[in-house]
Amino acid sequence: MNTDVQKGDLTKALQKKKTWGLIKDISTNKVLYLMFAPIAIYFIIFSYIPMTGIVMAFQSYTVKGGLFSSPWVGLDNFQYFFNSGKAWIVTRNTIVYNVIFLGCYTFFSILAAVFISEIQKKWYKKLSQTLMFLPYFISWVTVSAFVYNFLNYEYGIVNKILENFHMEALDIYSNSGYWYLILPFMYVWKWVGYGSVLYLAAIVGIDQEIYEAATIDGANRFQKITKITLPLLKPTMVILLLLGLGRIMRGEFDMFYQLIGNNGLLMDATDIIDTLAFRSLMGTADFGMASSVGLYQSVLTLIIILTANWLVRKYDRDQALF
Amino acid sequence: MSSLGVKSKKDSTPVYSTIAYAVVTIIALVCVLPFIVLLAGAFSSESSVLKDGYWFWPREFSLEAFQFIFRFPEDVLSAYRVSILITVIGTVVSLFISTMAAYVLCRKELRYRNALSFFLFFTTLFSGGLAPYYIWLSRYLHLSNTYYVLILGPMFNVMYILILRSFIKGSVPEPLIESGKIDGAGDLRIFLQLVIPLSKPALASIGVFTALAYWNDWWTAMMFTSKDQLIPLQYLLYKMLSAINLSAAMSEHVSSVNTPKETFKLAMTVIATGPIVVVFPFVQRYFVSGITIGAVKG
Repeated sequence: MNTDVQKGDLTKALQKKKTWGLIKDISTNKVLYLMFAPIAIYFIIFSYIPMTGIVMAFQSYTVKGGLFSSPWVGLDNFQYFFNSGKAWIVTRNTIVYNVIFLGCYTFFSILAAVFISEIQKKWYKKLSQTLMFLPYFISWVTVSAFVYNFLNYEYGIVNKILENFHMEALDIYSNSGYWYLILPFMYVWKWVGYGSVLYLAAIVGIDQEIYEAATIDGANRFQKITKITLPLLKPTMVILLLLGLGRIMRGEFDMFYQLIGNNGLLMDATDIIDTLAFRSLMGTADFGMASSVGLYQSVLTLIIILTANWLVRKYDRDQALF
Repeated sequence: MSSLGVKSKKDSTPVYSTIAYAVVTIIALVCVLPFIVLLAGAFSSESSVLKDGYWFWPREFSLEAFQFIFRFPEDVLSAYRVSILITVIGTVVSLFISTMAAYVLCRKELRYRNALSFFLFFTTLFSGGLAPYYIWLSRYLHLSNTYYVLILGPMFNVMYILILRSFIKGSVPEPLIESGKIDGAGDLRIFLQLVIPLSKPALASIGVFTALAYWNDWWTAMMFTSKDQLIPLQYLLYKMLSAINLSAAMSEHVSSVNTPKETFKLAMTVIATGPIVVVFPFVQRYFVSGITIGAVKG
């Protein structure tokens, strides 16, 4: 009955002048719009107005001119950014690291979820999940202390273990090669608990009768995993992978900044778009660089999210973000 | 292979069980090991660390790093105060306004509710970038070095609002809202007395995620504060771990001779991380249910 009334309202409303639609809607639902006002004001102030600040990328920022009336310089900032040689390095690093992160995270989350679901003792299940979830709760600042604890040249545990085996100590903080392994490892370490919860929820949702039927047909547990669980996880996995792909240009700033910081020796191998933007702004106060990097990232992000969402939509309409 | 197949008819082959237990145990141990090493380091004596490095247990048990920190506790206490303050105020305000907005977005009589959703959602698709944001907040709004920026900066997450929206849609029945209206309740009263009580599970989940984000936020403080009394815990920790080994207040009191530098960092990390690790087992289920409602998009 409600829908009928609404349809009536809707057609009536449509007949009226469209330009007055919003104002009319507001005046008939004053309280509701008022309840929405705080969040609207927040996002106008903290998101939409800064968004107009993208003009900065085409200006030479001066303190006097500020955000909106500094002198225009056309594409100079972008020229500077692309000619600096940084553009290719940070784009490559951002994409390569995030693809590796996403792949490793997905693999280990599914691995953990599948095997947790195989465990029969309830207390053991709970305990192991709690332990895996623990890293999710701590900040990357804390993680940087952990990493220091393990990898520090003089006192780190890794070198102490190597010493016990009479092997040479590794100078990890000045050799970028190691970080291609360490960063994905830390990423998985931090997120595997979260990911396993996601995939475990999908496994729990699988109809138990399928497994019972398979048992009657003589399938062993390994076959049940490969022939039932994994294929039925595939839709969840594809969606989560695509959504993850959409975030690929925003690359874990916290992690890179905390674990690597401003270590010049590791810069080329570990500088991502976010860290470059941050350093140009807060470190060298290079506003031209910072704003052009920012806009470059925003545009790439938008393109990639739209593409990812388009793919999700093609795969499963209901799961699309918009 | 065939012998395994025969055994499995009872559905309890020891081989697969062993593999499952082994894999899960290894992953769980790897996850928890750094915490153990951290504790071991923090409770070690400085001299044993300098001599033999860190290890999985204290080679020489000592509380000197903690004693050192608590001899001049002003910085740590102030940081705790700031962190607790912004976490509590921020979470309550954020949760209330987010839920209110989510409820509005559910109401079918609003013709523009989808446009409003998109208004929020668009901010996750595109942003002006760091530089304009920083300049706008610091130079135009003068939010640097205020509590406001620490609370407002990380306040809302559009995804949480959309999750709340689908939760309200699914668990507050439309006829209930209608009957409330017939009884003469206004929109605000319906929200306060019907929607909020019925959304408690989602509020708990989104609440713990929001609180965690506040507690772990060091970025806003690094960007916008330089005053000592506005430094939250995580940023204090960051400052102490990075080049600046000692805070101003502490270094005034201490000659560099007997300073436990290495273990000090770890003890500081324990102090900053302790509350989360202690509280965590009690609220874990809210996080788990939060992840699950978020995953099942409505």
